[in-house]
Amino acid sequence: MIADVMTVVTDVLAGICLLLGAFFSFSAGMGVVRFDNLLARLHVVAKPQVLGLLLLLAGVALRLQDRGAASMLVLVMLFQMLTSPVAAHMVGRAGLRTGKVDPAHVPSADEPEEAADPPLSRP
Amino acid sequence: MMIAVAVIATLLLAAAALLAVVRLERGPSMLDRTIAFDVLTTALVGAIAVEAALSRRTELVPILVVLSMVGFVGSVTIARFAAVEPPKDGAPGSRSTPRRRRGHPGGAGVEPDGTRDASPDAGSDTQAPAVTEGRETP
Repeated sequence: MIADVMTVVTDVLAGICLLLGAFFSFSAGMGVVRFDNLLARLHVVAKPQVLGLLLLLAGVALRLQDRGAASMLVLVMLFQMLTSPVAAHMVGRAGLRTGKVDPAHVPSADEPEEAADPPLSRP
Repeated sequence: MMIAVAVIATLLLAAAALLAVVRLERGPSMLDRTIAFDVLTTALVGAIAVEAALSRRTELVPILVVLSMVGFVGSVTIARFAAVEPPKDGAPGSRSTPRRRRGHPGGAGVEPDGTRDASPDAGSDTQAPAVTEGRETP
């Protein structure tokens, strides 16, 4: 009886998480199409999409009720939170270096390598 | 209830994937396509997650791990490739060659670092008098 009630509660929570995650992923797709700027699209990929994916994975973990699957899903969440800023940073830096980002949108358009190169080449 | 949730979530994720494909086709540069590909991969991961949640299939979870890793490696690889060999005409060539020029004669040409190092030798217009005044006044 109590187990059935708990299953219903976790299923409802999982459904809410799945719907919210799907909505955030949809907003990420909408932003990727509608934004006119590389940095704006990068923002969409870096923030709402990650939140949507985390909500989807949390919904799956709530629905499955399995310890091994939940640990693996937590691993995916941690991996996503670690790698998404790295990927966004690398894409943004490549866009800045290849001239696809308007330097007026960047507060300081100084590239980090110009500050990092002279101390390496000096000695 | 779960079927309705799965249908709505699948429709939203399919719309997201479709919009990502639109940007993937229309994106002006390769980095935009990289971003759109990231969105597409995440929509795929979300669709598999919805399927795993709908039918309580535990064996679909490793696919999520692999797909998230593949998306990260793909976007980072394309970003590195775009940084090394940019597809645009004017800016990348003019951007990469001055950096090499700045790198090799940069030791002689770069002013701010030269003034920092050679401040007692040549660039002592602003720093050295201030130091000497500070030493003389006490």
